[in-house]
Amino acid sequence: MQETMEQTNAMIEHLAAVNKILEKYHYQEAKLIPILQEVQANYKYLSKDMISYVATSLGISPSRVYGVATFYAHFSMSPKGKYVIRLCDGTACHVKKSHSVLNALRERLKLSPEKQTTDDFLFTIETVSCLGACGLAPVMLLNEEVHGQVTPEKALELVDKIIADEAAKK
Amino acid sequence: MNTNTLTVNNKVVEIAGERNLLEVIRKAGIDIPTFCYHSELSIYGACRLCLVEVQGRGIMASCSTAPEPGMVVHTDTKPLREMRKINIELLLANHDRECPTCSRSANCALQDIARKLGVTEVRYKQLVKNLPIDKSSPSLVRNPNKCVLCGDCVRVCREVQTVGALDFANRGANARVVPAFDQDLAQVECVNCGQCAAVCPTGAIVPKFDCDKVWEAIYDPEKIVVVQVAPAVRVALGEKFGFAQGENVARQMVSALKLMGFDYVYDTCYAADMTIFEEGTELIDRITNKKVMPMFTSCCPGWIKFVETFYPEFLPNVSSTRSPQQIFGSVMRKTLPEALKVKPENIVTVSIMPCTAKKFEAQLPKFATNGRPDVDVVLTTVELEHMLESMGINLKEQPPEAFDMPLGFSTGGGVIFGATGGVMEAALRFAVEKISGEPLNQVDFKEVRGLGKRKEAELNIKDTKLKVAVVHGLGNARSLLEDIKAGKAHYDFIEVMACPGGCVAGGGQPISRESNFRSARAAGLYHTDKERQLQKPQDNYWVERCYAESFGGHAGSHEAHEKLHTNYHNRSQIFDAKSVILQGNAENPLVICVTICTKQENCPGQKLLAQVADFLKKEDLAEKVTLMAAFSSRPEEDGTLAVSVGDELIARSGTPEEILASVKTAIKKVLK
Repeated sequence: MQETMEQTNAMIEHLAAVNKILEKYHYQEAKLIPILQEVQANYKYLSKDMISYVATSLGISPSRVYGVATFYAHFSMSPKGKYVIRLCDGTACHVKKSHSVLNALRERLKLSPEKQTTDDFLFTIETVSCLGACGLAPVMLLNEEVHGQVTPEKALELVDKIIADEAAKK
Repeated sequence: MNTNTLTVNNKVVEIAGERNLLEVIRKAGIDIPTFCYHSELSIYGACRLCLVEVQGRGIMASCSTAPEPGMVVHTDTKPLREMRKINIELLLANHDRECPTCSRSANCALQDIARKLGVTEVRYKQLVKNLPIDKSSPSLVRNPNKCVLCGDCVRVCREVQTVGALDFANRGANARVVPAFDQDLAQVECVNCGQCAAVCPTGAIVPKFDCDKVWEAIYDPEKIVVVQVAPAVRVALGEKFGFAQGENVARQMVSALKLMGFDYVYDTCYAADMTIFEEGTELIDRITNKKVMPMFTSCCPGWIKFVETFYPEFLPNVSSTRSPQQIFGSVMRKTLPEALKVKPENIVTVSIMPCTAKKFEAQLPKFATNGRPDVDVVLTTVELEHMLESMGINLKEQPPEAFDMPLGFSTGGGVIFGATGGVMEAALRFAVEKISGEPLNQVDFKEVRGLGKRKEAELNIKDTKLKVAVVHGLGNARSLLEDIKAGKAHYDFIEVMACPGGCVAGGGQPISRESNFRSARAAGLYHTDKERQLQKPQDNYWVERCYAESFGGHAGSHEAHEKLHTNYHNRSQIFDAKSVILQGNAENPLVICVTICTKQENCPGQKLLAQVADFLKKEDLAEKVTLMAAFSSRPEEDGTLAVSVGDELIARSGTPEEILASVKTAIKKVLK
């Protein structure tokens, strides 16, 4: 019970933070997308509870908000890792063998197209259709950081460094 | 030449305020096919069947193009014909084409349009995703494999009913119409009205069919199968069998039902009369004893679930009288075993309703006698149509026959229950006479009839002033509730029916393409009312006798309250974010839910939650309950109730200590 009570208190804090976002946008239905963006920025993903909460607070039906959240690739309804790797698979990157990078990363992190996030929630690997930096193909985003002309070796090096750093922090 | 004209296929057509080109073209006598266009809904422009060629502009969707003078429109050129055909072929390519087994077969817009356009082959590879069929709801079945993504259901649910249980999710080839979070329909805020099924052009949402259960009962020689038929059924059933729109076919229907093997055929209008005895008495009691006002009618299960979900603060205003279907169920269980000399367990009660929500209502545990539902099976008008056809019965050839007595006797007041305003009018016939104490000779209250969005009437009955309102369609109900909350409207008595037009246009009725089907069916009921010798429900001698013999002698008696009234549930927390504090292992643990307002720092709900949890631990009840917190940003006066214990609500009034004490009492009452 201690544990669930603590979870409940944490949830109250989260929702109070969501209230601040809602207030910032004056509870306007038209601002649904920026509201969802900010909620996701805070919590890395949109949980069912968060979507319900935003919907009931704005007075719109949860099916509508769910529709918006599933329409845009930017929104995620499953928790993501601390480090989100977005690998470009647009035409230019594809031709420049972005797949070999993707496969190498997936193999190292034991991920697959179905399982995109590691069990320790450290990494998430996604592909995107184009990052608009075709001159640097193949391109990879590590959170907000752009890495151009990546090779499987370079990508693994980055990932291994993060793993080592995180281990050192503990 | 009149300047406000355009030409359609070389024919000059006048523009007379039409909202779009499609309406002008249809006025010109050309019925362009459409899926996603409904005159009562917003324009969506998705199905691309209404494409036309406008000279100088090219090909455009006529539904979303404003008519302009001088336009030269062609509706049938070679490219248009090909495009329409391709669109249909593409829709057919990912449509589950199990047409012979579909309940909408022969009444399906996709089938109909494909045939009309001469689509004799589909050149594209069949691609069916085999998505799971949602049979969770007692009222409706969703088959996403048959969905053409026209969005009609989405828009009728959001725009007309303001429920919004369905919406599009995902996109592109993965786009689908689903309830929130892809949940089953039974888990969300759907009120079961079935208006989605009424607008669906295919078999993607259909009423759930329970015909087999009824055949089983009929085939069982042990069982006596009795049936009640709702008023609105009789003015719609005939359409399929060549009767005029709105013609009352009750008498042919009775003989058809007998032919099918029903042992006794009764009339729900009898129970409608009885409903008025209870509801009218309740209204007069509320007025004279200054109880909670205004009072809302309670006949419509779609409306009841709507108010339970979205406006729980109005639940004390809803009449506690059961709906006619459930009053009938109660009367049947109580009186028939003796009257028919049959063992209670051998009586199977069936009702035929214009309504899908009635299926939901009948299965609620509160409407049961000795553990058995008062109404065993609810069929819709459409199901009856199918059953008659499957047995080869042509309604038109049936000799007229009368309902069985005494439960087949009704006044005109009971008959008009099927149209919007009907319940109000019947109730006024009762209440005016009772309040004034003088015989009422002029029984028509025409102000409450018709398809107006909100119908009002003000009556002066001796010293009593009675202001009434009638709304139909839940969107109209919502705006009325909002007006009451804002203090902009004041009424004493309000009738609500969930479906636009009332039960005559219910979700279980045959789908009509005629624009005036609602008023034609209502006219059939009003005509029958006029022909009745008795028009006031209180003149129903058989109902009075039923009270004398079985329900405590008079309306509002203790027995009547026990068997003919009900209570309601707050369902408003369905989408609140929740967290579980204690999860007991017992079977059916008691659900205790504490609401915490997130807008308030240190909401008292937080402390209360901890106290309730401690109490449960100390009393060793933790295994028998599910203790949850529900989070809400809605202000308290919005009806968010602080604590619910099972179905009981402990309102947020009194000091925290008082609330805690009432919570403890409520828990002990259930668990000890």
